Amino acid sequence: MDMSVTPELAAFREEVRAWIEKAMPEDIAEKARNNAYFPHEDVMRWHRILFEKGWVAPHWPKEYGGTGWDIGRRAIFSEELVRAGAPALSPFGIGMVGPLLIEYGTEEQKQRFLPKILSGEEVWCQGYSEPNAGSDLASLKLRAVRDGDHYVLNGQKTWTTDAQYADWIFLLARTDDSGRKQEGITFLLADLRNTPGITVKPFLTTGGTDAFSETWFANARVPVSNRVGPEGGGWAMAKALLGHERTLIGGVAESAKWLRHVKFVAQRTAVGDRTLLDDEDFRRRIARLEMRLRALEMAQNRTLAAAQLGRAPGPESSILKLVGTEIYQEITELCMDAMGHDALGWFDSPPEALPPWEQWIASQFNYLRAATIYGGSNEIQRNIIAKHILRLPGA
Amino acid sequence: MNFDLTEEQQMVVDSVARFVANDSPVERFRKLRDTERGWEPEVWRAMGEMGWLAAGFPEEQGGFGGCFVDMALVLEQLGRGLVPEPYLPSVVLAGGLLSRLGSEEQRERWLAPMLEGATSLALAYAERQSRYDLHDCRTTAVREGADFVLHGEKVWVLNGHAADLVLVTARTAGGPRDRGGIGLFAVEAPSAGLRRLPVHGMDGHHTALLKLEGVRVPREAVLGDPEGGLPHLEWAIDRGAAAACAEGQGEIQELFERTIAYLKEREQFGVPIGTFQALQHRAADMFAEVELCRSCMILAALRADSDDEELRMREISAAKAQLTRGGWFVQENAIQLHGGIGVTDEQDEGLFFKRLRVLQALFGDEAWHVDRFQRLPSFDAEIR
Repeated sequence: MDMSVTPELAAFREEVRAWIEKAMPEDIAEKARNNAYFPHEDVMRWHRILFEKGWVAPHWPKEYGGTGWDIGRRAIFSEELVRAGAPALSPFGIGMVGPLLIEYGTEEQKQRFLPKILSGEEVWCQGYSEPNAGSDLASLKLRAVRDGDHYVLNGQKTWTTDAQYADWIFLLARTDDSGRKQEGITFLLADLRNTPGITVKPFLTTGGTDAFSETWFANARVPVSNRVGPEGGGWAMAKALLGHERTLIGGVAESAKWLRHVKFVAQRTAVGDRTLLDDEDFRRRIARLEMRLRALEMAQNRTLAAAQLGRAPGPESSILKLVGTEIYQEITELCMDAMGHDALGWFDSPPEALPPWEQWIASQFNYLRAATIYGGSNEIQRNIIAKHILRLPGA
Repeated sequence: MNFDLTEEQQMVVDSVARFVANDSPVERFRKLRDTERGWEPEVWRAMGEMGWLAAGFPEEQGGFGGCFVDMALVLEQLGRGLVPEPYLPSVVLAGGLLSRLGSEEQRERWLAPMLEGATSLALAYAERQSRYDLHDCRTTAVREGADFVLHGEKVWVLNGHAADLVLVTARTAGGPRDRGGIGLFAVEAPSAGLRRLPVHGMDGHHTALLKLEGVRVPREAVLGDPEGGLPHLEWAIDRGAAAACAEGQGEIQELFERTIAYLKEREQFGVPIGTFQALQHRAADMFAEVELCRSCMILAALRADSDDEELRMREISAAKAQLTRGGWFVQENAIQLHGGIGVTDEQDEGLFFKRLRVLQALFGDEAWHVDRFQRLPSFDAEIR
């Protein structure tokens, strides 16, 4: 056993860190220092900077515009981005539909879509959940009826994150309901901007920002050539897509960044003639989370090390999302506690009332309640783990 | 990063696991817990012959040139069978200190026979008032000519009832809570002025309360600087904490697997109770804690050998806190999910539960480690 890092990897980390520092525009860096919210324009500006450097899709094969880095380098790159507070890129194109097309798309689909995903010219979103198909996703009802060389779509998707900015949506539609509910689902790509019959309406989240939308389809026509995989093979596509880049799902780097922010806030919060960071009770609360995060980071390191040796992630990796999101939320809760009365503030409070480093805490604290819900709720994660460890017949 | 075992390590793990399955199942511990010694010298010697005691010691000291991870792997397997031989106090604590601080002569005399399984050792450091503070030492060592004379009392000395040699911490200078002025003294047992009161632990392992009433220790039985022992003691107790994580992992894993088996076999309302979602989710949460404990056990074992003192303290504290909180979640739910039978002595789960609780109370509890963690300079570094 060995936790040491090779000199090559250490040098790589230095290179990435130095580049990020140089490449990040000052206004984005200022927001990063204050742990602030990045509107869509900032995210896309950063996307293009990474694209020009050739680093926007580290996990794609080189021939499609990826970097060819191994898992170790990808993990370091991702950690350094989070550490610097860089805007998180929208995952739907680069992280999800891109890799899926590389694996299962036709040649025409790859040529049509991949370059614009890379450049950020086309933004993607995901159409999975429906009002009555959440955790029980396979019961989805959005109909796709074949009509010549088109599918005609009718129904509704919800929690379509980023649909208000997106040009394209990848979605699961029902093409057949005669068999098991997992059968008869088809994976389609739809042009959100230019298909008559598609309507997008963003939700305002409890964080006061827009993240996800509702999307309606009324006789929306999608060419058959935009189908990925066979008709009725959509469930397999959806599962394959979930397999991509799950090793970092625990959000360890994000939580570490937030922990530093908690200390930063506490250091600037007066309690009598001292600061909150001098308060031993508060220090112990931080310490408990920091120690638990270290345990999770080690669990993630074990998953990464196994993946580096080409092994499929085992059951131990399934705890990363479960524990990681809980820690993440607890840290934002602690950050709210650190602020005292300032926790009353909102991101439009004037700086005289709320210092810039506290401006976005309440918004993110509220929005991040979603962390234990999205990506398969934590209760679903527990079901998956229980199925794996119990292996009861018929379950 | 690589967390795979070497071929040699895997062989050791397999052979200890075989020994536990064939020669030392929990049944053996049950028989021994009521005997005077609580463990068997013949088995200890066999463990020495297998090389398990010497696995983590340098070759020039009669070891196999291994590292702390090698000891941790042995301990984890021993934990699965609740093997009562004194590996932790004798090999990890006292053996570690003799290896680190002992002169060639001292190692020859006390360490070498222990590594062969011919003798066993103990470390006496805790006092009634000290709780987990290692610098709180009131036992005194007063110079008389070339000798030191020891007065004081040591509590909860693991293997103190049976050890052939006890390393005792005692104050040679300074006030009762000063960091300087603490020495380590090798006291052979029996010795004039040394009284050993055997004390049964709640886990069925045996310990002793030691009374030192004018025990005379010659100069050649002092380990290292008689005023500079504390950093070495801290090192040894950190390794004790790492060892607790390792042995505890064996017990945690055993409790988890037994609970999963029980959920599948126990039927109520006409179905296995493992089909109930409330219990499934509890089992999933137990699994998460088992995996976090394992991750921490590896972390602690790797850091136990680190020369970076702050890194060692920081990460071993994180690991011990996880053993104490995460491990507790596993053990309390193991009993809860077994129902009434889990509270009976005839069922093994209670034995694992008790041993774990003892390991949690040793070498700093959760509160102590959280406190140490937040006092380390690294806690305030790199905030922005």
